[in-house]
Amino acid sequence: MNAPRSFESGVLTDERPGAVKPPEDLWKKHKGGLVIVECPQRIPCNPCNTSCPSGSIVPFSDINDVPQVDYAKCTGCALCVAKCPGLACFVADLTFGDRTALMKLPYEMLPVPAKGDQVACLGRTGETVCEGSVENVTEPLRDRTRVIHVSVPADKVNDIRAIRVV
Amino acid sequence: MREFKPDVLVVGGGPAGLSAAAEAAGAGADVLIAEGDLHLGGQLVKQSHKFFGSKDEFAGTRGFEIARILREEIAQYGDRVSTMLNTTVSGYYPDEKLVTAMIGEEEYVHISPQRIVLASGAQERLIPFPNNDLPGVYGAGAVQTLMNVYGVVPGKRVLMVGAGNIGLIVSYQLLQAGVEVAAILEAMPRIGGYWVHAAKVRRLGVPILLRHSIVRALGDSVVTGAMICELDEKFSPTGEAWKVDCDTICLAVGLTPSNELLWQAGCKMKYVPFLCGHVPFRDKNMRTSNADIWMAGDVCGIEEASAAMIEGRIAGMSAAASLGFKVSSDNFEQYQTRLGNLRAGEVGEKIRLGVSDVMVDGWEASA
Repeated sequence: MNAPRSFESGVLTDERPGAVKPPEDLWKKHKGGLVIVECPQRIPCNPCNTSCPSGSIVPFSDINDVPQVDYAKCTGCALCVAKCPGLACFVADLTFGDRTALMKLPYEMLPVPAKGDQVACLGRTGETVCEGSVENVTEPLRDRTRVIHVSVPADKVNDIRAIRVV
Repeated sequence: MREFKPDVLVVGGGPAGLSAAAEAAGAGADVLIAEGDLHLGGQLVKQSHKFFGSKDEFAGTRGFEIARILREEIAQYGDRVSTMLNTTVSGYYPDEKLVTAMIGEEEYVHISPQRIVLASGAQERLIPFPNNDLPGVYGAGAVQTLMNVYGVVPGKRVLMVGAGNIGLIVSYQLLQAGVEVAAILEAMPRIGGYWVHAAKVRRLGVPILLRHSIVRALGDSVVTGAMICELDEKFSPTGEAWKVDCDTICLAVGLTPSNELLWQAGCKMKYVPFLCGHVPFRDKNMRTSNADIWMAGDVCGIEEASAAMIEGRIAGMSAAASLGFKVSSDNFEQYQTRLGNLRAGEVGEKIRLGVSDVMVDGWEASA
């Protein structure tokens, strides 16, 4: 079944406030990676900010504000990835390998993959973008939201937003 | 026949009712909670997703954990809060200020409370289509109860009707339970729920078809599929209907307040589309036009549980204050601010408009 890739149906089609890519120059050289937030709707929610240990997610003046990121402060720790109730935070570390990036993606499905597994990396409509290799699986908040660390081709980080165990 | 005379009767032990009970008991009132289900928590017990909002509304915490936190909060008041489970509040007699209730199917009781906080929640809407009485056609609430309370999946492949927050969240929970979601249909040209909830299910491969609806369910004795079609600007079917294979059709087409007791109590009511049904007029303390009755949560307009919990705090506090119990005006102001903040965004616009339609500055004489 083909459903159009429209913003109105939950697919990010272009950058907009609350859903922008990190600045390219900093991103390329920043060890540990930077957060990618895709939260373009004003909704009353701020756990990304309150969970951020480095102050990278800028404090909200109104709880309905879309998140703003001070990328210079982001350490790529991925606590927001685990905390965000909308699963709208992701981390990509472009310094991971030569042509390989490390993505830290939220995961709440079963089965939980293990380190070393090959998984399907999915795009914004569930299409398989490529294969990825699981480098680590963490559960930062001990609440069954896992953060899957998966190495992927660096040129695919803007397309990959989920994994599927195959 | 047993009779009960609590200071405050809370009807409904969901997020609004538990918050009201905690606040009223915290002020010193004796509280009785009447709950229809076998456990407290209302819809929270089936919410396995993390909540939105701020820390004060338990943002980032799963719904069923919030139910546990609220139960622990009222437990600290010991005997001051008593709970009647498996209880249906069946009537309110304004002249005697008498509440009637059935505990289970055998015991009929009278409750004569000083004050009432109605937090009876909402019921699901269903839409008519041929064969909608076939086994396999569910309301989203039933699907959630089966899966998340009893651990039973409703089927193997589900067609979801409605892309509000409930349709989107239940679709996600179906995927978590290993059930396939064939598609989510939405009559409007955009999703009604939070965009991030939609993005979550889309990236797991679930199609969301905007401007689409169900035409009929297929099957002789059970659901074997559904015919669906596109809708035009006037929401009329357009083009040819086509078949979706599924063994379950889940309706998530909205809720409407469970307001029967408010009618019985003679509360001044109004039909407010933005609040999804007939709702009572209220002052900022969440009091109705009946000087003994407060309200909180979905019964006064369909909204998120985060708002229901704050309304419950306000109602419980105000009901206790009206009995002479000391409450903190600072807390009251803080709750009002938090409620205003939650409703400040674009998704809160309809709520703001709806509430302004039934908000009064104060009640005459009896106030």
